[in-house]
Amino acid sequence: MKELLHDSLFFGIFISLFAYEAGVFCKRKWKLAIFHPLLIAIVFVIAVLLAFGIDYETYLTGARHLSFLLTPATVSLAVLLYEKLQPLKKNWKAIFAGIFAGALTNAVCVLVCAVLFGFTHEQYVTMLPKSITTAIGMALSKEMGGVSSITVGAIVITGVLGNMFAEEILRLFRITEPEAKGIGMGTAAHAMGTAKAMELGETEGAASGLSIAVSGVFTVVIALIFSKFY
Amino acid sequence: MQYLKQFGLILLFSFLGELLHALIPLPVPGSIYGLLLLFLALCLGIVRLQQLQETAKFLLQVLPVLFVPAGVGLLESWGELKPLLLPAILLISVSTVLVMGISGRVTQRLLRRKKKTEGEAKK
Repeated sequence: MKELLHDSLFFGIFISLFAYEAGVFCKRKWKLAIFHPLLIAIVFVIAVLLAFGIDYETYLTGARHLSFLLTPATVSLAVLLYEKLQPLKKNWKAIFAGIFAGALTNAVCVLVCAVLFGFTHEQYVTMLPKSITTAIGMALSKEMGGVSSITVGAIVITGVLGNMFAEEILRLFRITEPEAKGIGMGTAAHAMGTAKAMELGETEGAASGLSIAVSGVFTVVIALIFSKFY
Repeated sequence: MQYLKQFGLILLFSFLGELLHALIPLPVPGSIYGLLLLFLALCLGIVRLQQLQETAKFLLQVLPVLFVPAGVGLLESWGELKPLLLPAILLISVSTVLVMGISGRVTQRLLRRKKKTEGEAKK
């Protein structure tokens, strides 16, 4: 049985998809941000591997092929960016300035935290992309020499927190304009923030969806500079 | 047939991204170059949305599943994660509040300033 799993191309992929579907099901049933499909899927697969004594390498035999689609899927974010930009074009200056300020705030926070807690350079670059969409964040972390699985974990937790507390945070900062709300949610909490923004309204959702791609690209540039600071 | 053409087009931009990644000595992932090139091509009208929309939507839908293997990798990097856990949680909580607040405030302030000057121009 072990050998069969070890050579199987489809076991790893199937269990990943199945776990994600289970996550989507939980999310639909309980509608709580903590039931993030990706979070559930990761915990589910880890639990299965531990329960049956299957090692990570065996799981990766098939699952590593999923990464083939990563680049084409990330490139497809251009379509999202293009579509969402159309209705918001006239306010592009305010929107881009806000997203840039957010991406910069994130980098400064990580830098301050790295100095306070004495991070290694590896830990520092692992945390730098934590506010952006996983597609860009994971690749960026790997490129700078970070631990990409920890980056993925940090990104998911950021998204869950951002989704759960978005309304309180926006109220705290007295943000009432729909565009500004969307920009805040998308810049801080990527797709999870956008899911919340879509519940609030169409403009909020579009602005947030736009911020996913834009803040990702801004963060790449900012991280290039910030990776030299520590 | 349409899916084949659409996927081919997306793969072309993925490849161009890889090419730039190899040529430019910066730690920028190839997928980012691909994303920017495709966005540019859409803006300039070289590529039309209809030429790749369905396949792009499909890829965006499966995108989150592609991170499951990396996330499961926490099983292996647990040793590296453990000392980072507490500072990371603190960092994530504080910075998520600040990033959301500051990006929203900046956008709001500039939007209102623009509305104000537009309003004055109308008078």
